[in-house]
Amino acid sequence: MAQATIARDHQSSWWHRNQQQVTPWLFLAPGILFFLFYVIFPIFQSFNLSLYEWDGLGKAEFVGLYNYEELYWDDAFYTSLKNNVVWLVLYLAAIPAGLFIALFLNQTVTGIRLYKSLFFFPFVISQVVVGLVFTWFYDPTFGILNVVLGAVGLPPINVLGDENWVTIGIIVAGLWPQTAYCMILYLTGLNAVDPEQIEAGRLDGAKGWRMLWYIIVPQLRPATFIAFVVTIIGALRSFDLISIMTNGGPFGASRVLSFYMFEVALSEYGFRMGYGAAIAVVLFLIMLAFIAYFLWSMYKEEKAR
Amino acid sequence: MFPTPIERSSRSWQITYQALLPFALILWLLPLIAVAIFSVKPDADFANANYWGWPSSFEGITNYGLVFTGSDMPQYLLNSFKITIPTVIGAVALSCMTGFALGVYKFKANIWIFFMFVAGNFVPFQILMVPVRDLTLQMGLYNTITGLVLFHIAFQTGFCTLFMRNFIRALPFELIEAARVEGVSEWRIFWFVVLPLMKPAIAALAVLIFTFIWNDYFWAVVLTQGVESQPVTAGITSFNAQFRAAYHLMSAGSIVAAIPPVAMFFLMQKHFIAGLTLGAVK
Repeated sequence: MAQATIARDHQSSWWHRNQQQVTPWLFLAPGILFFLFYVIFPIFQSFNLSLYEWDGLGKAEFVGLYNYEELYWDDAFYTSLKNNVVWLVLYLAAIPAGLFIALFLNQTVTGIRLYKSLFFFPFVISQVVVGLVFTWFYDPTFGILNVVLGAVGLPPINVLGDENWVTIGIIVAGLWPQTAYCMILYLTGLNAVDPEQIEAGRLDGAKGWRMLWYIIVPQLRPATFIAFVVTIIGALRSFDLISIMTNGGPFGASRVLSFYMFEVALSEYGFRMGYGAAIAVVLFLIMLAFIAYFLWSMYKEEKAR
Repeated sequence: MFPTPIERSSRSWQITYQALLPFALILWLLPLIAVAIFSVKPDADFANANYWGWPSSFEGITNYGLVFTGSDMPQYLLNSFKITIPTVIGAVALSCMTGFALGVYKFKANIWIFFMFVAGNFVPFQILMVPVRDLTLQMGLYNTITGLVLFHIAFQTGFCTLFMRNFIRALPFELIEAARVEGVSEWRIFWFVVLPLMKPAIAALAVLIFTFIWNDYFWAVVLTQGVESQPVTAGITSFNAQFRAAYHLMSAGSIVAAIPPVAMFFLMQKHFIAGLTLGAVK
């Protein structure tokens, strides 16, 4: 009896002493396990898989770097890569566009709150719906785009059927929700701009563009950083719109890496898991450059605290 | 305030601004307005090439009725709810715990675990596609709602942890220290001190994740196949194949599919925007 009490005392005091070291790990365990199992390990599995030829069912055959060599000679891969770059560059237009709309809406007239939320609307809607709507908008037989072009005397174009226009057409559709996202970031940022600095700027005779560039934009840095992060990620993840609007066509002209990868691994073009994984690895490496930069910025900020 | 408040500017600019606002809004939402009008048009309008004109009659009830009775749409909607709600609960629960651990305790691995979550959250989905699909197949969960939910919970935990940890960091740490001095156990500190303070963060995350998962298309296509498990984003493609060129029905279907996240947004607007813009101001 006495012994049992001592043992329990001993136990509870061990727990008591180490509680603060052990507790975080108990709290972290389920989250970390889940995340390792479904996110971290699969990344390495993909790296490994890219060295195999595998149809997803039978036995995987080790082929070394053959998949990467094939990529090197694959024209479709370069088309996708080029389109990824186009996406990255043009998608960034969402940031200034969002800032512009935010400046336009940053007023206190009646009903402005409703206006702000309605302007934000496109972001809440599924990209599947956005893609569908824009497909109709561009439609060569009844699309309103050609009606407008005709009205100003320009020849009609079949945006989604033209190899030169198709990627730009899809990006424009993607910019619609993305601009709304950047707008809301900037609206919040503008709310926190220091009014004293603005008054000081006004006294110094700054106004309009100069005020915006030298006094407002520097204070919006945190918002700009987040807008940049989400826009880059959005651009590299672009898949839904392409799948809905063109399915990669015409003749693969609107493919990006993420879509091409899906096509190679999981569609009627065959089940080439290894080749798909190799494409995903390339996409991952591109993304890694950005991830490293984002983490570095966050790390610096943590240190500064 | 920048730009100059409208009430301090000239009368003529005030009037111009008031007129410009609704005009800009209509222009901005034109695609949506078009779909809304499409969805109440009769079939005949499309046959007569009256695409962009005023509807010749209002057939809203017929069109929406057909979406609910003549297609698999109700099943897809139900699936979407069955996928979205458990994911929200799971991801928020897991990240309350991870966020608490990373936000409150100081230990060596802290920042690296945090960065693992953040980096994993930024990863392109495609690199996970083949292994996760294979994993799901092997567990016998391919084409099931459970399979999709488990993956979504795991992946969203990355973003949610980032969010929760930053939120908890901003809480007054003295509260926790005071509780420790009182001899309150760590578990009870989490439950009785920190969790009640996290309510706004939980609400914000819940609406955000609801929207993200509801609108997910990629994983729905990769991990599910049929009417019994596909959510509405993936289902709408087969819906559109069923009603090929029936623009009024496709529009009505799209609107039905878009309503839940839109309703969520309007009901919880404050939380939604607070969540989305966390970190946009210092």
